[in-house]
Amino acid sequence: MRIPLSWLADHVDLAPGATGRDVAAAFVSVGLEEEDLHGGDVTGPIVVGRVLSFSDEPQKNGKVIRWCTVDVGPHGQMESERIAQEIVCGAHNFEVGDLVVVVLPGAVLPGGFAIAARKTYGHVSHGMICAEDELGLGTDHAGIIVLDTYLGADAAAEVRPGDDAIALLGLAEEVVEVNVTPDRGYCFSVRGLAREYWHALGSPEGGFRDPAAVPTPAPSPTGYAVELTDETPLEDRTGCDRFVTRVVRGVDPTRPSPAWMQQRLTQMGMRPISLAVDITNYVMLAVGQPLHAYDLAKLSGPIVVRRARPGEHLTTLDAVDRTLDPEDLLITDGGEVPLALAGVMGGATSEIDASTTDVLVEAAHFDPTTIARSSRRHKLISEASKRFERGVDPDLAPAAAQLVVDLLVEHGGGTADPGVTDVDRTSRRAAYLLEVDLPSRLVGHRYPRERVVEILRDLGCTVVDGSVVDASDGPKGAHVLVTSPSWRPDLVDGPDYVEEVARVNGYDNIPSVTPTPTRGRGLTHAQRVGRLVANALVGRGATEVLTYPFVAESLADAFGLAADDERRSATRVANPLSDEAPLMRTSVLASLVEALRRNVSRGQKDIAIFELGSVTLPGPDSEHTAPVPGVERRPDPETVAAIEAALPRQPRHVAVVEVGEAERAGWWGPGRAVDWSDLVDAARAVAAALALELTVEADPDHAPWHPGRCARISLPDGTLVGHAGELHPKVLATLGLPPRTCAAELDVEVLTVASASATRFEAFSTFPLAFTDVALVVDAVVTAAEVETALRSGAGEWLESVTLFDVYAGDQVGAGLKSLAYRLAFRADGRTLTTEEVNGFRDAAVAAASAAVGAVQR
Amino acid sequence: MSGPNKQYDPVEVATLDPAHLDAAVTAAFAAFAAAGSLEELKTARLAHVDKGAVAAAKREIGALPPSAKADAGKRVGAALAELGRALAARTVELEAERDRRILVEEAVDVTMPVGRRALGARHPLTLTTQRLQDAFVGMGWEVVEGPEVESEWMNFDALNLGKDHPARQMQDTFFVDPPDGGLVLRTQTSPVQIRTMLDREPPIYVVSTGKVFRTDELDATHTPVFHQIEALAVDKGLTMAHLRGAIDHFVRVMFGEGTRTRVRASYFPFTEPSMETDFVCFACHGDGRTNDAPDGAPELLRACRTCGGSGWIELGGSGMVNRKVLTACGIDPDVYTGFAFGLGIERALQLRSGVTDMRDIVEGDVRFSQQFGMEV
Ligand SMILES: [Zn+2]
Repeated sequence: MRIPLSWLADHVDLAPGATGRDVAAAFVSVGLEEEDLHGGDVTGPIVVGRVLSFSDEPQKNGKVIRWCTVDVGPHGQMESERIAQEIVCGAHNFEVGDLVVVVLPGAVLPGGFAIAARKTYGHVSHGMICAEDELGLGTDHAGIIVLDTYLGADAAAEVRPGDDAIALLGLAEEVVEVNVTPDRGYCFSVRGLAREYWHALGSPEGGFRDPAAVPTPAPSPTGYAVELTDETPLEDRTGCDRFVTRVVRGVDPTRPSPAWMQQRLTQMGMRPISLAVDITNYVMLAVGQPLHAYDLAKLSGPIVVRRARPGEHLTTLDAVDRTLDPEDLLITDGGEVPLALAGVMGGATSEIDASTTDVLVEAAHFDPTTIARSSRRHKLISEASKRFERGVDPDLAPAAAQLVVDLLVEHGGGTADPGVTDVDRTSRRAAYLLEVDLPSRLVGHRYPRERVVEILRDLGCTVVDGSVVDASDGPKGAHVLVTSPSWRPDLVDGPDYVEEVARVNGYDNIPSVTPTPTRGRGLTHAQRVGRLVANALVGRGATEVLTYPFVAESLADAFGLAADDERRSATRVANPLSDEAPLMRTSVLASLVEALRRNVSRGQKDIAIFELGSVTLPGPDSEHTAPVPGVERRPDPETVAAIEAALPRQPRHVAVVEVGEAERAGWWGPGRAVDWSDLVDAARAVAAALALELTVEADPDHAPWHPGRCARISLPDGTLVGHAGELHPKVLATLGLPPRTCAAELDVEVLTVASASATRFEAFSTFPLAFTDVALVVDAVVTAAEVETALRSGAGEWLESVTLFDVYAGDQVGAGLKSLAYRLAFRADGRTLTTEEVNGFRDAAVAAASAAVGAVQR
Repeated sequence: MSGPNKQYDPVEVATLDPAHLDAAVTAAFAAFAAAGSLEELKTARLAHVDKGAVAAAKREIGALPPSAKADAGKRVGAALAELGRALAARTVELEAERDRRILVEEAVDVTMPVGRRALGARHPLTLTTQRLQDAFVGMGWEVVEGPEVESEWMNFDALNLGKDHPARQMQDTFFVDPPDGGLVLRTQTSPVQIRTMLDREPPIYVVSTGKVFRTDELDATHTPVFHQIEALAVDKGLTMAHLRGAIDHFVRVMFGEGTRTRVRASYFPFTEPSMETDFVCFACHGDGRTNDAPDGAPELLRACRTCGGSGWIELGGSGMVNRKVLTACGIDPDVYTGFAFGLGIERALQLRSGVTDMRDIVEGDVRFSQQFGMEV
């Protein structure tokens, strides 16, 4: 909402010497955020000019420029060379004799544009003829300003070439723009802003003059007939609870609106259109009541307000044919012909036009919810809907209508009908019993009773002593009975009034007291696990990245997921930003590969990245609907459980992707390429950070991994943790990722649960370690894990470690066989082992391996 | 050199002559000094200690008459002791020299590039999150988390965002299919506060951190997926003064001791009264202008880029928890009061580290994370 300083000053005494910046700061102090400061940034000379002559000159680029001479009075070239001003102009919407706005060299336009004489299109142009946007008056750049049209003939007759256009157009005036929060609909008016500014100055006696304080006539039976109906009110609130009409006859349709009004509308960011429309807009800006003017000649029956019928249509003023919804509220002619979408936009059929002489003025009050829904349903946000959906003063309609009538009579030459219609179904506002101490208690700052009452009265509240009703509760005088002013529907209960008291008294007076919670238990285990997992991976050289969790539908196929794979069941976003990625990821890997692709495309070769984040696993039959209970009380446990049950499972996963060299080549020698084992090792590093052991088995059937190079990672009790290894070559080819890319994905929830209890210390022996090596020949299909498990099972209690240090397959062991060389380390508790003992353990281990997997010692 | 005396007759034993002995010792010293290595010193020892004139003199002592033995023995012993000391000293010298030489020979060019293994890094956004969490934990608060796919009730209704609230419309919120299924991608971390209030009895002092979603296209200043931190306190007797105190403390932790704040009234459905907090710009210290001129050059004052020239930086919205919200969570608003405040973590990172383009935060380029290492 904008406010020119002069208009503000009409209704409130400004602080002496207040600038736009001061006014903006005053608004900030009462909670109206400064949005912008307009105007005041134009410096002259900018003058009125009269076009004396021009010639149209076609240019090589297809443009036709006008080479003009302009009478600018005693300024410019007249002053220096005794000739008329010579200007090149690109617009063609003017004639010889028109009054225009001329910016002379030396002037500075909004945005800091300094104007100088310059050579262009083969002439020296001494300044420019201005359009609205160039002066910061509006956004119109269709042509230059022709003052006869812009100001109206009457006003234009008063001006002379050479007159200062800065004063004439109000260009020097500052306009403050503030951001109005949704609860303060009344601030969408000069009336509301003037009141707020007055509060900011301390609400001095007599300092505020309400623009809506005008006498209004009593309703009379001779007014235009109006019927309010609503068979389907929304949330029990009728669509329209007040409707005022006034009639003004004999308005001269050729009269323009006065220049001062056009100027103010322009300053407020609206376009002047015609007298009747401008007046309704002007009064709306002044007091906040949206108004509508109908051509009385185009109406036949009584005005009937009702909900729309299914399938009904209305062509609105913006020339869009709209199919209406039964929730839409309509203004109709005689109940049949829709005239307007109530509170949102008028219709084309009853529009004011160039022949309108008799005007019906509507000032009504509509239900905010009805208007908000219609506005959103039709994607139509108008000045009216903006105000109605935030709440308009229901007592304002008669005064607003009167203001319109007065202006139509004064500037349109019309006569007001004596008949006045005012159908008033508004209900009385309930008084609130406010505990006088509540502001002090809730804010933590002492507000004496007198101050609380004073502030509430300044706000426009009616305040009476509450002792008549509060006898049962607390000492006498502990409460006051407050009725909010009609323009503040947002003031409902205690905290609303507390905010008002604190706000008007100044938020900066609120003290600062650090709260001192005493029961903090630090981060949870799960939170610490998240940090440890990430740090463990960083310790291995991986870099953390973040990706969006949105993935393509085609990714499940690209990953080669089986038809019944749980990861195919994904949560779908109903309104995704891109139809290319409508699904929530079911693995972190699914979106992490995108980051890999981006890094590769930016020239990285050796990449190790990871992400820790949620995956969404709705499961195959997830057609759940979450109940939406009321908020009057805590929902019952069943409802809360039903809400939880409707949510997909969202465990935290960590995924790692690595490609290129694990160890770099350099002057020290060749590098080592990343392979599947690096990823298994990454899983091990994560587990080790949490003091967990992992079991590794081959998993030939887990997409998108290579069937021969995928490790299934689980806890010793068999709980699945995740997978690690090399990705499937076909997946990599399909996704355009580098060959031999390796990846791991681990379920961090599983790791969190497994590591939740404190690790128990196990004592260790300090006696010497004894080593013995053994080479075993096994069938090539036997896995290292199987051999190791067998060795461990036979080696006895003093086995400390088993290390596979060589793998050989070839002529010396025979086809279909391989040799695995192990180093076994033994250490006893409390004594040194003898060689004979160690050999015995080794033989027992080998015997177990040959029994389990047919191993033969070489 | 003469042979040993076989007779008891006193004969002249030249090797025992004091002058001769001195000459032998002098010669040995010279040989030790001349030895340039431990091997040469060994040769010198063999020639001058194990064999040679002094060794010979020692053998000759036996041939002397008893009367002369003591005197000669004393002289030879002294000479030998002297040689032993000189030898030891020279050995130490030569060993030190040898050690020095070996270290010189083993020297390498330590300026050759290293980096055989990649160095990892955390993402600065998660580091900022941790830093914020730690600031609160240090104040005795706890960190809570919740699901990203969330129910409409938790995300909207319970927070006093009714059915007709603009935020619930399609243009801001990602709805889960089917759109009437009551699920959304949470638009704020506030539903975690609802969950906490449903789960716990006051006193509650928690911050929720995490990913949130809005239907904004990615550009330099917007991202559809971003992160928030929100604080919630519910206790007996909490006031707006406590809210202000908590924010002030937090601002000092994040932006330095002595950082001033200002507050103004605002509106959020979740809170009443509501408050907006600004803190004084750390770049221009509230002046709104910074000197862009290089050192020594005349002043070149420009509007501060960090705060846009206002001298203040908007921290975020806050307020006293709306009674309706407490009621919806089963907390008696006549017994307990609460406050809440929140801010965007991307914004905190941008302010703290001068990241200007949101795309750098979300694109996953490793060079972005790697600038930060393990700390922001
Ligand atoms: Zn600044």
